[in-house]
Amino acid sequence: MSADQKIVIIGAGQAGGQAAASLRQAGFEGMITMVGDEPAPPYQRPPLSKAYLKGKLDRERLFLKPLQFYEDSNITLKTGVSAQKLDRAAKTVALSDGETLDYDTLIIATGSRPRALPLPGAESSNVFDLRTLSDIDVLKPNVQEGRRLLIVGAGYIGLEAAAAACELGLEVTVLEMADRVLARVTSPVMSEFYQKLHETHGVTIKTGAMLAELQTQDGAVTAGVLKSGDVIPCDLVLVGIGILPNEEIASEAGIACKNGILVDRDARTNDPSVYAIGDCAHRPLVHYGRDGRLESVHNAIEQGKIVAAHIMAAKRPVEDVPWFWSDQYDVKLQIAGLSQDYDEAVVRGEPTTNSFAVFYFRSGRLISVDAVNAPAEFLTAKRLIAANADISPELVVDQKKTMKDILAEAMAGQK
Amino acid sequence: MVKIIYADHSGTEREVDANVGESVMEAAVRNNIPGIDADCGGACACATCHVYVDPEFLPKTGEQEAMEQSMLDFADGVQENSRLSCQISVSAELEGMKVTTPESQH
Ligand SMILES: Cc1cc2nc3c(=O)[nH]c(=O)nc-3n(C[C@H](O)[C@H](O)[C@H](O)COP(=O)(O)OP(=O)(O)OC[C@H]3O[C@@H](n4cnc5c(N)ncnc54)[C@H](O)[C@@H]3O)c2cc1C
Ligand code: FES
Repeated sequence: MSADQKIVIIGAGQAGGQAAASLRQAGFEGMITMVGDEPAPPYQRPPLSKAYLKGKLDRERLFLKPLQFYEDSNITLKTGVSAQKLDRAAKTVALSDGETLDYDTLIIATGSRPRALPLPGAESSNVFDLRTLSDIDVLKPNVQEGRRLLIVGAGYIGLEAAAAACELGLEVTVLEMADRVLARVTSPVMSEFYQKLHETHGVTIKTGAMLAELQTQDGAVTAGVLKSGDVIPCDLVLVGIGILPNEEIASEAGIACKNGILVDRDARTNDPSVYAIGDCAHRPLVHYGRDGRLESVHNAIEQGKIVAAHIMAAKRPVEDVPWFWSDQYDVKLQIAGLSQDYDEAVVRGEPTTNSFAVFYFRSGRLISVDAVNAPAEFLTAKRLIAANADISPELVVDQKKTMKDILAEAMAGQK
Repeated sequence: MVKIIYADHSGTEREVDANVGESVMEAAVRNNIPGIDADCGGACACATCHVYVDPEFLPKTGEQEAMEQSMLDFADGVQENSRLSCQISVSAELEGMKVTTPESQH
C-alpha cells in the first residue's frame, strides 16, 4: 500500500476504531479519515448497560483511545458527521456537512440501530433506547431510586439494564413476548436461571406478554397496557427489542446485502474496494460452515484486524470462535460459540449454585457453551470448538474430571 | 502519576505515566502499548490482557479474585507472577513497576 492511498472509514465505533488503529499498527502510511455520526470518539458499548449505567465508570474510560491518539496517529476523525451517499463509480462518499471524500478503499463500519417499538407513544420523552452513550446520558438522570421502570424485551441488554436499575433501587418490570426470557439466544435452562436470578432480586418478569398500548399523559408514558388487559403503571420505559444492521448506505449503492452487508472472509463486499465490518456485516462463520451476522465486541475487533491485514496484504488473523459475555448482578456469563441450531444440551454443574455451564451439541459435535461463573468451562470450550474436537456429552458433564482433564482427553483423541 | 514500565517479550521497554485508580491495562491501552489486546475492556472476560509482574511488586498488586485465577489457569504461558492487567488498580505503591507482556495473548 503506497503512502498516497486514501482510506475512508464510515462509522466510528468499536469496529471502525479497531480498523484505524490496526492499519496504523501494520504500517499503513496513507490517509485515514474516519467519519462518525455520534459526537463521541470510538467507545465501548458494553459498559453502557452495566457499570456506566450504574454510575461506576467515568465517560472517558469508555473511549477506546484518548482523542490525542487520533492526532498522534494522523487519523482524521470527523465526529458528529454522517456519511449520506456512496458513489462507487466515482469512489466518493458525500457527508452531512457538505464535504465529499474521495477514497481508494472504503470500510463500512456503521454498526446497527435499535428496532423501534411499533406503537403510538413510543416517541414519548420518557421512552429510551439502549444503544449510544447519548441514549444513556439522557436516560441516567431519570434512573432514580423508587421509580417504576418498564423494560420491553428480555434480551441480554434489556436484562443487564434491569439488573443495573434494580441495584439502583428502581422498581423494575420486564416484558417479554416469547414464553421465556432470552428465548432468541439461549436454551430453556439458561432462561429459567436468569428469570429466577432477576426475580430473586425483586424484578418482575412477565413472559408471553404482548405490549398492546402505551398510555400517555402530557407527552410522557404513564403505563403499558398488555394484550391481556393488564395495565403496568410506569415512570419510564426502556426498549430493548433487538437491532437492525445499518446497511442502507451499502445497499443503496448496489452492494449485496442480506440481513447485513455480505462480505467474504477478508471482510470484502462484492465491490473489491469496499469492506464491511462489525455489526453491519454478514460474514462467513468458518467454525460453522455457514454465514451470519454477529453482534459482539469480539466480532467487531476481529473484523477490524482482518480488514487491516487484507488491505496491507498481510496474513489473515486466525478467526476465533465467536464469543460474548454478559454481566448481571454478580453473575458473569461467558458464551463460546453459537448455539442457535443445537440438537442436544447438557448441563455441567448445578444451576442453583450460580456456577454451571450448558454445553450445546449438534449432530454429536460441540458447537457452543454458556458458562455461568465458570471461566474454565468457557475457555476450554473455545479451544475445543476451534479444534472441532470429538467430545461427548457424557464426558463434559463428568464433574469428577476437571476441565483440564477433559481438554487433554479430547485433544488426545484429535491426533 | 505513577510510572509503569511495559516490556514486551523481546525486552523492549516503554514507560507510561499511569493515573491512580485506572487499571494497568487501561494505562497501557491509553498509551498504545502493543501486546495488551484487552478485548473485553476490563470485564475479566477475555484474558487478553495477561502480563508478568515484576515479582518484587507482586504483593502490592492486590489479591486475585477467583474469576481472574480461573481465567489465568487457562491462558498460554502462565507463570507464578501472571496477572490480568485489567484487574490491577494503579496505586502510588506501584511506582516504577515493570510488567512484561507474553509472546501471544491466546
Ligand atoms: C448496551 C450494549 C451492551 C453491549 N454489551 C456487550 C457485551 O457485553 N459483550 C459484547 O461482546 N458485546 C456487547 N454489545 C455489542 C457490541 O457493543 C457491538 O457488537 C459493537 O459495538 C459493534 O461494533 P460496531 O463498530 O460494528 O458498531 P458500533 O459500535 O455501533 O459503531 C458504529 C458507529 O457507526 C455510526 N454510524 C452509523 N451509520 C453512520 C453513517 N452513515 N455515517 C457515520 N456514522 C455512522 C453509528 O452511529 C456508530 O457510532 C453491547 C451493545 C450495547 C448497545
Ligand atoms: S481486558 Fe479482558 S480480561 Fe482483562
